[in-house]
Amino acid sequence: MSAIVPGAVPAVTTAAPAGPSRWANLRSVLSVAVRSASVDVGLVILVFWIVDAVAWHLFVPFDPLAQGGGNLLAPGGAHLLGTDNLGRDVLSRVLAGASSVLTLAPIGTLIGVALGTVVGLITGYYRGVADTLIMRVVDALLALPPIILAALALSMLGTSEFAVALLIGVIFTPIVARTVRSAVMTERDAEYVAAARLRGESGAYIMAAEILPNVTAPIIVEATVRFGYAIFIAGTLSFLSLGLQPPSPDWGLTVYTEQNFVQVQPWTVLGPAIALGTLVVSVSLVSDGLRKAMDS
Amino acid sequence: MSDDQASSVTDTAPTLAVEDLSVSYRRRRKTLPAVSGASFEIAPGEAYGLVGESGCGKSTVAMALMRYLPGNAAVDGGTIRFQGQDVLTASPATLRGWRGNQMAMVYQDPGSALNPAVRVGTQIAEVYRVHRGLSRDDALDRAADMLDKVRFPSPKDMLRRYPHELSGGQQQRVMIAMALAADPALLILDEPTTGLDATVEAEVLDLIEQLRAEYSTSVLFISHNLGIVARLCDRVGVLYAGRLSEEGPASSVLTEPRHPYTSALLRCVPRPGMRKDTKRLEPIPGYLPRLGEAPPGCPFAPRCDLVQPECETAPPPLVQVPGSHASACLRATEVPALTARDGEPAAAPASGTAPAPPPAAEKAEKAEKAAEPVIAVDGLVKRYTSAGMEVTAVDGVSLDIAPGETFGLVGESGSGKTTLARCIAGLLPSSAGKITVTADHSGRRARARFLQMVFQNPDTALNPRHIVRRILSRAQKRQDDPATSSERGRRLSDLVRAVRLQDWHLDVRPAALSGGLKQRVAIARAFAGKPSVVLCDEPVSALDVSVQAAILNLLIDLQAERGVSYLFISHDLTVVQYLADRIGVMYHGEIVDIGPANAVAAAPHHPYTEALLSAAPALGSDGAESRIRLDLTPVQPGTGTEGCRFHGRCHRSLGEVCATQVPPWQTDDSGNTYRCHIPPVQLRDLQGAATPL
Repeated sequence: MSAIVPGAVPAVTTAAPAGPSRWANLRSVLSVAVRSASVDVGLVILVFWIVDAVAWHLFVPFDPLAQGGGNLLAPGGAHLLGTDNLGRDVLSRVLAGASSVLTLAPIGTLIGVALGTVVGLITGYYRGVADTLIMRVVDALLALPPIILAALALSMLGTSEFAVALLIGVIFTPIVARTVRSAVMTERDAEYVAAARLRGESGAYIMAAEILPNVTAPIIVEATVRFGYAIFIAGTLSFLSLGLQPPSPDWGLTVYTEQNFVQVQPWTVLGPAIALGTLVVSVSLVSDGLRKAMDS
Repeated sequence: MSDDQASSVTDTAPTLAVEDLSVSYRRRRKTLPAVSGASFEIAPGEAYGLVGESGCGKSTVAMALMRYLPGNAAVDGGTIRFQGQDVLTASPATLRGWRGNQMAMVYQDPGSALNPAVRVGTQIAEVYRVHRGLSRDDALDRAADMLDKVRFPSPKDMLRRYPHELSGGQQQRVMIAMALAADPALLILDEPTTGLDATVEAEVLDLIEQLRAEYSTSVLFISHNLGIVARLCDRVGVLYAGRLSEEGPASSVLTEPRHPYTSALLRCVPRPGMRKDTKRLEPIPGYLPRLGEAPPGCPFAPRCDLVQPECETAPPPLVQVPGSHASACLRATEVPALTARDGEPAAAPASGTAPAPPPAAEKAEKAEKAAEPVIAVDGLVKRYTSAGMEVTAVDGVSLDIAPGETFGLVGESGSGKTTLARCIAGLLPSSAGKITVTADHSGRRARARFLQMVFQNPDTALNPRHIVRRILSRAQKRQDDPATSSERGRRLSDLVRAVRLQDWHLDVRPAALSGGLKQRVAIARAFAGKPSVVLCDEPVSALDVSVQAAILNLLIDLQAERGVSYLFISHDLTVVQYLADRIGVMYHGEIVDIGPANAVAAAPHHPYTEALLSAAPALGSDGAESRIRLDLTPVQPGTGTEGCRFHGRCHRSLGEVCATQVPPWQTDDSGNTYRCHIPPVQLRDLQGAATPL
């Protein structure tokens, strides 16, 4: 019986299944995530703010910087949300204010996720002394309150939008690195990594081509969580006058500049504050749904 | 109260009667039938074996009996009667009274079935406190009695231990003690020994056998291992894709199968003494249908040799075959009888007859002397530091592999087999010793071309994010000569054909493939270049037996075509015996027995090899009376530096000398070299006398 037994050939005579698309996996995750009502609500709010951030000048009833509509008018009439102490339309300023925070937060998040992924991949894959040293530095960074760190850095570097985004990225790097590192550490012991080492692949190839595609899920979840915090930090920094400067309609900044009138004319503060709140909540609803979907 | 119920049932009534049971799972709004129309009965004191490959519905049946089915499962029809009472309609209170009291279950993984935070004694005592209402102290006393019954040398000490302080075999004995604590009418054992080492498995099976005699409990024994079922059970039911395909007395079903599936299962496993050059394995073509994808007719029809048009219209009913047992095959009487060689190990060298090495073995020996070894390992040592303690995983191993040779490495888990292979592969740095290869293969690239590896778990060995084409073409790029793109394409299709894959398999991700297909991809990856040595680390132990045979055949074919050498690692001595030209037996980081395959398998050999051989509950080996049982508490690795590492468990120990002096290497006239104080002539007398002919 030296001939090959015909039965040894797998009798898979059925037609080949359609090749799964690259995004099939992500799509199924999203379809699970979208099925919950809280994610639906979050998505609607988030999409609203994103569209608004890009195309606010199509929606605003007045120029957000134009003065002269009468100071501190109460909501109603032509000015739906009233006007501030310089006579600027509050609704227009709220709608226009989304664009600054929705520029700074995503850029900062991207910087943080990119840097954190690189650091996490290297420390998780190589371990050893470098890992110990880097992770101790990370621990030290994590021990400092991020806002104090940012305030310190911005007061030294001077305030610019770019500095704020970069700073958010630097604050996030150690946090993202931790998440990525622990995911990489479980993957590096998988046999497909041993197989790659066995065919003489370089460390860079193994990290980028073999391990990275298998740790995208935790990275995506971490990125959405970070995005929520980035909005929060950007708003806080503007509130502390460390980010954008007047007359920008930025939400955090507006809350700061209008706080003196909060007892007499609360709408000037409530408008941007509620806007910021809904944005943060919507991001966290979506990221929660995404995390649950990826865990299941 | 429950005693009244038990006594109201007459003796002839079955303990358990399952009739026409159907269970299905709901997944993504689809109904996937897992068990269809299963009927069987277990009489009081009877041991019933439920066999089948993974995914056939064995555990689903067990869960249904206990009413432990997960939330997405539903019983679609049929009845289950336990001691005459309907299980499916029983109230939660009645069920609570039964579980752990009248019916008890032992699971596959004792490590996760025991509560890690509670002492063993407390966990067993709980059974007495809940079901018998005993006080804490009385319950603990009873627990100690029970531990004594499952052969723990000092039960009082054991009570105070936590599960993690016990070995896997000990944990499983605790589980059995707990299951038997309430003296149940029905004991369900779900793969109780899978995952345990062969020698430990043998001990646990012995225990089950003895306890069954003592307690006259009815047993439902679920296993994929026909050998174990043959040994332990009175009656057998064979499940295939959720349907009982054959049912009847174990002796009849497993020797005169009346269903092609059972027959094929019995044929595709290597038996003791079978060799690759005398008999080819007969794999079952095709694969088990996935849940919910069973064909409308007989589920086995697509894989069956005897298939005829009627088989594909409706599932055949399970009917009594005249003069035999029940079978769900339309052509039950035409199922070919197992041949003499299938049925019994007539030519088994393991049976102790003086082995005349077959010509092939001689040839291998000559080739080995003539040619330079492709790889030679000399005094390899690997030490780890774990939790501040130094552990020597591999301790001075020397072996060499000739071109085209298969070197089989056997040993129980923790003996250092995988560590050794990873050191040889260069994945782990070795602490001491030398690895010599034929040519200059010092560079990373050169080494990749020279040596490749096939891993144990096909699920993690292939990158789940890459399609098969990417996996194989990357391997080709690294291990093969640079070629033009058309040449590369041609070689890729050659490679795909060589491992009997089809072209469409190239464009899917590993998750879309079954375990056997994944392992073929992994083998193709190893053979993408022209490796001289392929290290196979348990390549078939994660696969079902029907697929295992096909993979073993593939490895044999590739070796014949390409003249590659294998280092084949396995815990399964029967498989290694079938495949290997030479065998090395590892114990606690050392090779204790090494030589030509037949010589190692035959007496005289190291007492540990002897124990391993006798522990394997393979089909067709009827050495029940002479089985060797090792002491169950193995010496921890690293403590056996003085004397023989095996002396604490050795059944042939000479006493003082074994404990204090390192045993010398001894060589017998068949070429087997082993590490023992007993010289070959004496050892042959001892082992020859103990091994049945």
